[in-house]
Amino acid sequence: MEATEIKYQKYLAKDYKSENAVRWCPGCGDYAILTCLHKALAELNVDPHNTAVISGIGCSSRLPYYMNTYGFHSIHGRAAAIATGVKVANPALSVWVATGDGDSLAIGGNHFIHAVRRNVDINILLFNNKIYGLTKGQYSPTSSRGFVSKSSPYGTVEDPFHPAELCFGARGTFFARAIDVDMKTQVDVMVEAARHKGTSVVEVLQNCVIFNDGIHNKISDRNWKADNTITLRHGEKMLFGKENDKGLVLEGWNLKAVTIGEEGYTLEDVLVHDATSKDNTLQMKLALMDTTNELPVALGVIRSVEAPTYEKDYEQQIEEVQQKNPKRSFTDFLLSSSNVWEVK
Amino acid sequence: MPTNAVVTDIKQVTIRFSGDSGDGMQLSGTLFSTLSAIFGNEIATFPDFPAEIRAPQGSLHGVSGFQVRIGAKDVYNSGDKTDVLVAMNPAALKVNAPYLKKGSIVLFDTDSFQKKDMDKALFKTQDPFEELNLQDIQPIGVAITSMTKSSLEDSGLENKEMLRCKNMFALGIVCWLFNRPLEIADKLLEQKFAKRPKIVVANIKALTDGYNYGNNIHLTASTYRIEPIEATKGFYTDVNGNTATAYGLIAAAEKAGLQLFLGSYPITPATDILQELAKRKDFGVKALQMEDEIAGITSSIGAAFAGSLAATSTSGPGLALKSEALGLAVMTELPLVVIDVQRSGPSTGMPTKSEQTDLNQALYGRNGESPLVVMAAASPIDCFESAYAASKIALEHMTPVILLTDGYIANGSSAWKIPDMKEYPDINPHFVQTHFNGDAGEWKPFMRDEDTLVRYWGVPGTPSYMHRIGGLEKDLLTGVISSNPENHQRMVNIRKQKIDNIANFIPEQEVLGDPDADTLIVGWGGTHGHLLETMLRLRDNGKKVAYAHFRYISPLPANSHELLKRYKKIIVAEQNNGQFANYLNGQFADLNNICKYNKVEGQPFKVSDMVEAFTQMMEGK
Ligand SMILES: Cc1ncc(C[n+]2csc(CCOP(=O)(O)OP(=O)(O)O)c2C)c(N)n1
Ligand code: SF4
Repeated sequence: MEATEIKYQKYLAKDYKSENAVRWCPGCGDYAILTCLHKALAELNVDPHNTAVISGIGCSSRLPYYMNTYGFHSIHGRAAAIATGVKVANPALSVWVATGDGDSLAIGGNHFIHAVRRNVDINILLFNNKIYGLTKGQYSPTSSRGFVSKSSPYGTVEDPFHPAELCFGARGTFFARAIDVDMKTQVDVMVEAARHKGTSVVEVLQNCVIFNDGIHNKISDRNWKADNTITLRHGEKMLFGKENDKGLVLEGWNLKAVTIGEEGYTLEDVLVHDATSKDNTLQMKLALMDTTNELPVALGVIRSVEAPTYEKDYEQQIEEVQQKNPKRSFTDFLLSSSNVWEVK
Repeated sequence: MPTNAVVTDIKQVTIRFSGDSGDGMQLSGTLFSTLSAIFGNEIATFPDFPAEIRAPQGSLHGVSGFQVRIGAKDVYNSGDKTDVLVAMNPAALKVNAPYLKKGSIVLFDTDSFQKKDMDKALFKTQDPFEELNLQDIQPIGVAITSMTKSSLEDSGLENKEMLRCKNMFALGIVCWLFNRPLEIADKLLEQKFAKRPKIVVANIKALTDGYNYGNNIHLTASTYRIEPIEATKGFYTDVNGNTATAYGLIAAAEKAGLQLFLGSYPITPATDILQELAKRKDFGVKALQMEDEIAGITSSIGAAFAGSLAATSTSGPGLALKSEALGLAVMTELPLVVIDVQRSGPSTGMPTKSEQTDLNQALYGRNGESPLVVMAAASPIDCFESAYAASKIALEHMTPVILLTDGYIANGSSAWKIPDMKEYPDINPHFVQTHFNGDAGEWKPFMRDEDTLVRYWGVPGTPSYMHRIGGLEKDLLTGVISSNPENHQRMVNIRKQKIDNIANFIPEQEVLGDPDADTLIVGWGGTHGHLLETMLRLRDNGKKVAYAHFRYISPLPANSHELLKRYKKIIVAEQNNGQFANYLNGQFADLNNICKYNKVEGQPFKVSDMVEAFTQMMEGK
């Protein structure tokens, strides 16, 4: 008991903080995400030297510099592929990816979906500010249709991606969502993400104060947050609202937000969240809820399903092959291959 | 052995097996070259694939060829023209007609030289030999198809499977022609089809019947003998360039005590490297087929960061996609081996044909001042040596290395004396724990070894050396991001100097040929065999000439300048429009005597052409 206690206290949040000055704009949502990552790592108690944080390019991707761990600030869009290499090369590492909505869903879309499909045990923190921050305010693949930005002065004529839908489409095993201002949920989902074996996608709705200020207000503003969001917990009823008197029920194939005690709905009717169900139909519906359909935006761990991880299966194949073939030197291997002849 | 047949001793012969892409010509060719190597001859092969996997049967663009040159010794390349052509149909004859030597034997399958076959090959008459103006050859028609069928009547195989053994019947005839013992071929077939005993039996039967047929009716006036050579004692195998490249990486990883990681994406003609390494889980190799070339190289960069011997394999268009990531590897100074099996370009070009047109891309195809090591392998076997050397440089000098091979040497094979790895130099990765003298507390990720300017490799998982790297310019001392102008200039200089320094760690450039020659032939990469033979023939013709073949291109060997200055005339021969010649001129401004010999046809050089062209150049034309 005592031993575990000591282990538990081995690291504090500050142990994960590097000496580099943090250079995001004052008020940027990225600060909160950074703090939460420090806290989550302390809670997980992973050694800083066994932690690698990989990023692409964008404001969010500067995060590794602020970590007292191994870190790699790479090129635009490629963090998921680099992280795949890191994790497969050394499965003992705790590998994190810090990436933006442009970084992972535009230029890096291919690597993002394939990392998710392979189920490499990495944790992707997807900072979604629905804008390109670093290049100063162009619309991103998550900006809504008609969104006016520096590169869409008359509004976009394209539909956005929903990160969750991409993740589920790639048969993702873990998806969670949090808001930058809600530190508790963030730390919780990061811890869950790290404990999950496989690719974890954590979408953090992040505010860019400079180029897209208030884009998440409907759900992050404390006046509206309770009614416009729901924090899902596995095995618990899907309740929300200031008074916790609202719940989600199924009506036909669709989800519906109801008030308990009204229209004949009782607590019995409210759905229980199952994050571990392999069938992702309901989880997908939950992940896609949004206020324009009079449904609260889902936060917390929406899906967390066990499945084989890429790097473990890869190692296991190696082990199996090696068991069948006694260890030998390269020269011995050549000598035992077919088509060998001797000149005496 | 037939006692009454005339056996003619010859030194070298070039044979081309040619037919429809479904005719199994690659197998006949490989078997013949392997058994010749085992028999004790030198070999060089040239598989020439059609671009389509299955073109319409009998059509001109569906012709698949496998050329093999065998000899007692001095076989440096697969040969210009053929002494023997096996033509399984009229299309094969038509496509190969320009490559027939005077007096060559053309063995053809009469069953597939019918009217409909002529039509498919777009012959206008019924006499293809006449139509192609082939008077000086010895045509030998054999009913290969029908004889194979009757040979296998009782085999229990289906008609289609029987027909597939045609190539063995043809091979049997060729084996008789060249006095090859069939036992070696039988063994190879047993290995090849180990899991299908019925197929083994049928193939051996067709092979033997083909041999006996040649023997019994004395197909030609004479058969040929090429004496086995007295090779260096030891164990041999035959290997193609792609396999040798894969092996070189495995050997280097073993020597360095590291795990080998390959991130790659299939592309002709480099795919075999990925496939070979994917098989080698017994060596703990991690070979990942990624979603594209960019993921191929970036996953490898991740693995390099994490402490593996990391490599990525590709061909021209793939290298283009990798260029941004290559810059990242340059900037972060991580070890990485990038193999580019060059093919004909630009764009997707002619995927199954070979060229040397990616040199500029390898040297300059990145944004910013982005120096790295460029090497080129000279032959199938040299792919092993080069991949090993490239890995050593990458790991000891913390830099990406691009190794250029090409389709010709990647697919071509030769006999290879199995190396004794004890004789290979050690590889010492530049790990911070073993190479940095100071305290961990003082260490910064971009501190360097004073002599070599190499930074130290701190690998995730190692306590006390946590650090951050990335593609942004960094301070010379602390490694913290910096856009200070003077600092950038210094870092640009250091990165270049670090690569230039590698010249002190590679062998000096050698010259072959006459010590007092006025003319130097210069080549690089997969044209080595052709250039060497050209040089030897020029000398046979009484010319004084020397030859330098470059394996190290960036940096060049330290003695390069002094060496090149010795000659009145330098002939740089390459399968591009002069990329290496221009590079040499850029490196050494005082070289004003470079003549260029350039051919960009997607086909190997022809020694006879070069002998003629170089003679003219030497005579001052
Ligand atoms: C190959 C390449 N193309 C374009 C860029 C320019 N670029 C840098 S960051 C960025 C978008 C960043 O947006 P996002 O990923 O949403 O991150 P944020 O800055 O909003 O955190 C772009 C287009 C680049 N660095 N590299
Ligand atoms: S531009 Fe936006 S996202 Fe980038 S640091 Fe500033 S506030 Fe944050």
